[in-house]
Amino acid sequence: MRLDYILKRFGIFLIIIWAAATLNFFLPRLSTQNPIRQKLAEQARLGGYLQSGMEEMVKVYEAKFGLDKPLWQQYITYMGDVAHLDFNYSIANYPRTVVSLIGDALPWTLGLLVMSTLLAFFIGTFLGAIMAWPRAPKFIVTYILPPLLTFSAVPYYVLGLVLLYIFAFQLKWFPIFGGYSGGVIPDWGKLSFWWDVAQHAFLPAVSIILAAIGFWAMGMRALMITTQGEDFMLLAEAKGLKQRTMFLRYAVRNALLPQVTSLALQLGHILSGAVLVEVVFSYPGIGTMLYQAIRANDYFVIQGMVFCVIGSIGLATFVLDLIYPVLDPRITYRRA
Amino acid sequence: MASTSTVEAVGLTKKPTESFWQERWQAFWRYCQRNPSLLVGLGMLFVLLLFCFIGTLVYDLSKASPLSVPPGLPPSREYPFGSDNQGRDLFAVMVAGTPLTLRIGLLAGLIGLAVGTIFGFFSAYYGGLVDIILRGIVDIGLTVPGLLVLIIIAVAVKGNLSVDQMALVVACLAWLYPARTIRAQVLTMRERTYVQIARLSGEGGLEIIFKELLPNLLPYLLASLVGATASAILASIGLEALGLGPMEAPTIGMTLYWVIYYSALLLGMWWWFLPPIVIIIILFMGLFNISVGLDEFANPRIRREV
Repeated sequence: MRLDYILKRFGIFLIIIWAAATLNFFLPRLSTQNPIRQKLAEQARLGGYLQSGMEEMVKVYEAKFGLDKPLWQQYITYMGDVAHLDFNYSIANYPRTVVSLIGDALPWTLGLLVMSTLLAFFIGTFLGAIMAWPRAPKFIVTYILPPLLTFSAVPYYVLGLVLLYIFAFQLKWFPIFGGYSGGVIPDWGKLSFWWDVAQHAFLPAVSIILAAIGFWAMGMRALMITTQGEDFMLLAEAKGLKQRTMFLRYAVRNALLPQVTSLALQLGHILSGAVLVEVVFSYPGIGTMLYQAIRANDYFVIQGMVFCVIGSIGLATFVLDLIYPVLDPRITYRRA
Repeated sequence: MASTSTVEAVGLTKKPTESFWQERWQAFWRYCQRNPSLLVGLGMLFVLLLFCFIGTLVYDLSKASPLSVPPGLPPSREYPFGSDNQGRDLFAVMVAGTPLTLRIGLLAGLIGLAVGTIFGFFSAYYGGLVDIILRGIVDIGLTVPGLLVLIIIAVAVKGNLSVDQMALVVACLAWLYPARTIRAQVLTMRERTYVQIARLSGEGGLEIIFKELLPNLLPYLLASLVGATASAILASIGLEALGLGPMEAPTIGMTLYWVIYYSALLLGMWWWFLPPIVIIIILFMGLFNISVGLDEFANPRIRREV
């Protein structure tokens, strides 16, 4: 792997982080109102609390942000805070910092997303590869593909709502909300807690997987069809290779590479969809937390959360970019 | 003699226009039979629009606002879709809300396509530094989760958005994907012989763009518009379901927001969340099928390969 390739990808990662932080800094300042007074006033109006100490709080926050200083100084201070992952306190849950809230929520989202995305990717890619293979059983194309394609056109959370109503509310096979049963103290040492968590994660994961499989299957199928027209496939057949070798080592191996690039490009999209799935299932990840923060007008939480998620997606894309040349050595030789 | 000749003349001038439209319609119909996705997609969207159109004519839409009917009623003869917890008649909400959601999507899709086309053309046709910067913005913008950026924008401009402002918020990111795909298309078209001949015969840059490239891109632009509209609707429903939409408007996304807000699911009020879900499914499947069909129309070369 060449160094300039890694450096270039790392540069893109840094640009994403910088852009997310800058967006967070400038967007609220574009509106002419005093952001802090406005947010606190909204807070007071909605919740009926914070009334008495509001003026003091505005002053304290203004000094903290240095809103009286010139814009470029504020910008530098803000960037310094972001570099330390300091996103201030949550307004709604005051003594807690935004970072600690995110720290609670992020593992849930990561667990759910990594598991369901990988499963959807592998099942979908496998199905797509088989569908394009001329000797594959026909029932896959006629009976399995159409419903999966239908699901793929529908947003994740719509499927989630339907599954939740049928399997959790009507049939009562699965718990209806949350990440683990109420009253249970989270203890990752116990096997029963793992089982409880798995039961809660099942329906959200299935709604993401079902909705995503069709996309991967379609992509893989198209790639396999192009690959099968290549000269090396003809050569493989002329050499008298086994069908299985041709299928796995020649066709799938080559068609897999663009799928991985596509995975890197889709991460953001998948996450946008998963946010709402979490809200539907009240899953204790970042989606639900974001929803609660929006309801409570908890501005610092929204900002910090969005920044952290964009940062994590940037990091994941960077890691995938590093894996990609291992799968396909040609990529680093190309001047892209 | 004179009178028959005038009749003939009238017949001659009238006949071609009639058969022209008939032929067009037949050609379209024949094409649709070869392209079932397009037919299915258009059909689904047509059913949805018909539902809204007839609903607007025969139903009192003022019942879409809260406290206009008794709350929490299951579907009955009087209230076909029942009513929600706050006393909205859900049939009226669906009839009034579907066009609003479509309006947000179409408006944002059109803006996104227009901006994306302009950027795509500039990027591909002029190349150089403009191309590098624009491509960088688009590449980075597409890897970032769009919904979250839109959340930040919507929170920053808050103070209760209107439906059209909602479309503007969604349009902020809707131009990225069209810009990328149109850039790629223009790059391949730029080197075609007819463009080179136009250049050699002294046509300027803008002239080539408007007279040579754009007309040839039209079917492709149409396909991009459908795609941009679908993703704009997806984003707008997402924002609305999170509580960042137009609170007073009875859009599909806001209905989902109230469904989640009042846990209609736990109350077993299936008539509250089923209609928006069915409409979302018809809408997205319709748009998906249309875009698949238009893709086939725009790139006839892939028509028979897959």
